[in-house]
Amino acid sequence: MSTPLLEIRNVSKRFVKKLDVAGKIAARLGADISEETVHAVDNVSMTINKGEVVGLVGESGCGKSTLGRVVAGIHNPTDGQVFFEGQDISALEGVRKREVTLAVQMIFQDPFASLNQRMRVEDIIGEAPVYHGLTTRSEKSDYVDEIMEKVGLDPSLKKRYPHQFSGGQRQRIGIARALAVKPRFLVCDEAIAALDVSIQAQVINLFMDLREEFDLTYLFISHDLSVVEHIADRVLIMYLGRVVESGITEEIFDRPVHPYTSALLAEAPRLDQRKREFAPIKGEIPSPLEPPSGCHFHPRCPHAIGDCSRQAPALEAVRQNHIAACHLRERFS
Amino acid sequence: MTEVVQQNSESERQVQTIDSETPFQRFISEFFDSKTASVALFILLSIIILAVFAPWITPQDPYDLAQVDVLDGRQPPGAEAFSGYTMWLGSDGAGRDLYSGILYGLRISLSVGVMSGFIALLIGMAVGLLAAYAGGRVENVIMRVVDLQLSFPAALVALMLIAILGKGVDKIILALVVAQWAYYARTVRASALVERNKEYVEAAACLGISHARIIFRHIMPNCLAPLIVVGTVQTAHAISLEATLSFLGVGMPQTSPSLGVLIANGFEYMLSGRYWISVFPGIALLVTVVSINLVGDHLRDVLNPRISAGGGKAK
Amino acid sequence: MPNTLEVSGLKTHFLMRAGVAKAVDGVDFSIAKGEVMGLVGESGSGKSITGFSIIGLIDPPGRIVEGSIKFQGEELVGAPEERLRNLRGNRIAMIFQDPMMTLNPVLRVDTQMIEALKAHQDIGKKEAWTKARDTLGMVGIPAPDERMRAYPHQLSGGMRQRVAIAIAFLNEPDLIIADEPTTALDVTIQGQIIHEAQDLCRRTGASLIWITHDLAVVAGIADNISVMYAGKIVEQGNIDDVIDRPAHPYTVGLLGSVPSANNRGQRLYQIAGMTPNILALPKGCSFKERCDRRTKTCEVSPEAVERNHRIFRCHHPYFEEVKV
Repeated sequence: MSTPLLEIRNVSKRFVKKLDVAGKIAARLGADISEETVHAVDNVSMTINKGEVVGLVGESGCGKSTLGRVVAGIHNPTDGQVFFEGQDISALEGVRKREVTLAVQMIFQDPFASLNQRMRVEDIIGEAPVYHGLTTRSEKSDYVDEIMEKVGLDPSLKKRYPHQFSGGQRQRIGIARALAVKPRFLVCDEAIAALDVSIQAQVINLFMDLREEFDLTYLFISHDLSVVEHIADRVLIMYLGRVVESGITEEIFDRPVHPYTSALLAEAPRLDQRKREFAPIKGEIPSPLEPPSGCHFHPRCPHAIGDCSRQAPALEAVRQNHIAACHLRERFS
Repeated sequence: MTEVVQQNSESERQVQTIDSETPFQRFISEFFDSKTASVALFILLSIIILAVFAPWITPQDPYDLAQVDVLDGRQPPGAEAFSGYTMWLGSDGAGRDLYSGILYGLRISLSVGVMSGFIALLIGMAVGLLAAYAGGRVENVIMRVVDLQLSFPAALVALMLIAILGKGVDKIILALVVAQWAYYARTVRASALVERNKEYVEAAACLGISHARIIFRHIMPNCLAPLIVVGTVQTAHAISLEATLSFLGVGMPQTSPSLGVLIANGFEYMLSGRYWISVFPGIALLVTVVSINLVGDHLRDVLNPRISAGGGKAK
Repeated sequence: MPNTLEVSGLKTHFLMRAGVAKAVDGVDFSIAKGEVMGLVGESGSGKSITGFSIIGLIDPPGRIVEGSIKFQGEELVGAPEERLRNLRGNRIAMIFQDPMMTLNPVLRVDTQMIEALKAHQDIGKKEAWTKARDTLGMVGIPAPDERMRAYPHQLSGGMRQRVAIAIAFLNEPDLIIADEPTTALDVTIQGQIIHEAQDLCRRTGASLIWITHDLAVVAGIADNISVMYAGKIVEQGNIDDVIDRPAHPYTVGLLGSVPSANNRGQRLYQIAGMTPNILALPKGCSFKERCDRRTKTCEVSPEAVERNHRIFRCHHPYFEEVKV
């Protein structure tokens, strides 16, 4: 069994809002304020093999975006380690560190905020390759042309600014920028959520074409189940910082085990369901500042038993290529 | 497989953009949409041109003591000087033709104001960017210094510095710089904080770009808009501050008077009816400061980032 | 009994520096009492502007330049602003994508709801408070008494939208216009909100226009659907007819673009090109640049044609039984 391209082991990411001097004084004098900790990602492990498309699904507060940024190297994990091609990325230095930094790139959600409005497209795409020596200043123009063609943009537009393009085109510019440094692994953080439906289809097809042509591996983060079902080989479902279920796509979508996954699938609107009676799960998604005890989902779970509020269930195998974190998984599988 | 990609690239190559104006073109057309600002800009440019060409368009060099004759003094507007030229705006107590005096005075006021504003901008911008990017304790310390600076009235700060340093043009500029840099620092830091959290900065970090390059190549250009606005208004402020100092007698010397000095000189003559000695320089100062403010005001509206910039988001 | 709403020939144009943006360019539809209509389209389609036109919230540089909007037989286009204000929030209500467009951040929830009630009804403060509290309960807000005293920022996004919906239903309107109300919400919350809105409409007999780009959502709640493209309705009809047997190439393309279990792993059908720039629409059929059934006939703008209770604008629709 070859080394997975990317592996994360027991990664947690916490954001602590420390008190400043004024706050500390106030707390000492008895005011009701204290440090706030957000457990954005809580003890997540996963492996991604070369060539796979792994989908990461969840709603707000589940930590998928934070996890994506940890994988991409934008955030450092509070606990745990990230391995690229078997090496711990926090231990890397020099040339190898730079190699790995460039090998993992990210495509962002907001096509407007993810591009520098004051830079021409040519510079947005060409800055990093020139900076890292992948091309020279004199050859930058041709280099950029080639990449723009690959993502379906007309190279004659490269002197323009982002605001002169549509949302779908801007997203292509973002993809071009990532491709320009010859990555091996792309983290797509809700990369199509802000686009129109017809443009989403174009960009999804583009991702798939690029995967073939450049031999890429993807971590595809999305809240849109139907898109994930369409393109992912494996899927992880997250809730409030933890992975609750994971497995190959067919398994998760056809035979979900965790009550949250079932609810998510049941509630997602589908074209073939007309005049349906929505029977939603009750309750709000809890705040990551105050996660419920034990299994995070227990307050909203229609099947919760006593144990669920006391002890967080571990991820364990349900079937082949299918794991879930639920005390009642035997019953549901 | 490659064929599939190419075929698609050709058939649906995105060949159009939705908006063919560059940011600069759009900025220019939006600026001139406002009649007030356009007029103010015109006036301001005229003032600047007059000031620049002062030596060629004035009948007298009021700083050249050989040309100034006290017998020409206190003449009303329109009177003839002994050397034969007409003093359209009258003359002051020492015999300086006010028209010449105002134009030369404008030169000093404008250059001192602009120079101190520019230096303060550079310093303030560096400090603000550092504070925003470094964060933590560094940012805290810097911003407390800025707060401290801003809690003193600018005029007071300038006065204190001149008292310590003594008189002279360079000292005035220094005093004005110290009085102003904090405004720039605060503005830039606020902008930079917003920009630092945007996704394009994350993208640059992901691409392995160095911190320094991110600050100067990515964050800074996006902070320029509010900085330009603050810059124009602050320049006006610097000009009136210099006038204040000169009026109080601690600014420019009598031998090379700025507008403030001229106004101060004419003060004693107000009651005796020789209004022109103070009033005309005063009007010149007023017009200059107001037009700079109007231009700066409109710049603020024009440079405001729009939510629907680039898209036509009518659904 | 007249239809709750009858729109015919509606044209709302915006006079911009760059030209005239024909956001809505000839829209016709009618809604009976208790009916739910889905108004579907992407950016630039004009669906939101249609909603704003009906409720009279078009400000300069926009203007309704032509057409008629009849609410229960009464003409709204050209009606005095006072009459429109009377109807707004009372007989016709709107729910926006961002609940903060409805909610005032510096006022408590109860203050705002009581204000909404008192603006249109002669009702005492205590009675208003009770009615507001009950409506909050109807939209599925737990412990409504406490929530009444909260400020909008103390509520989650889903809660805020529920409050906005409650405010819309307070005066028991006959028509609700919902503009992408669940687009910004999570799937599980979206399900709840759609359920509550549906429920309320059924109970009060109100008609509902649900504006969205999400065909799957519309499939779940609408009776009829109108598909908009570049300011015009390109297809209209019963929900099952349109989704199972679409006529217009745009609708076909849109349906094909939605990934679903059926095309797992395959290339999605993609409509070529970009969503239209309404400042520079092509001559003739606005969709022709992106359509693979385009011919020379398409240089002429297609008229709306009705067949078997379906309306569409196309020279080459997908119907087998329709030969145009």
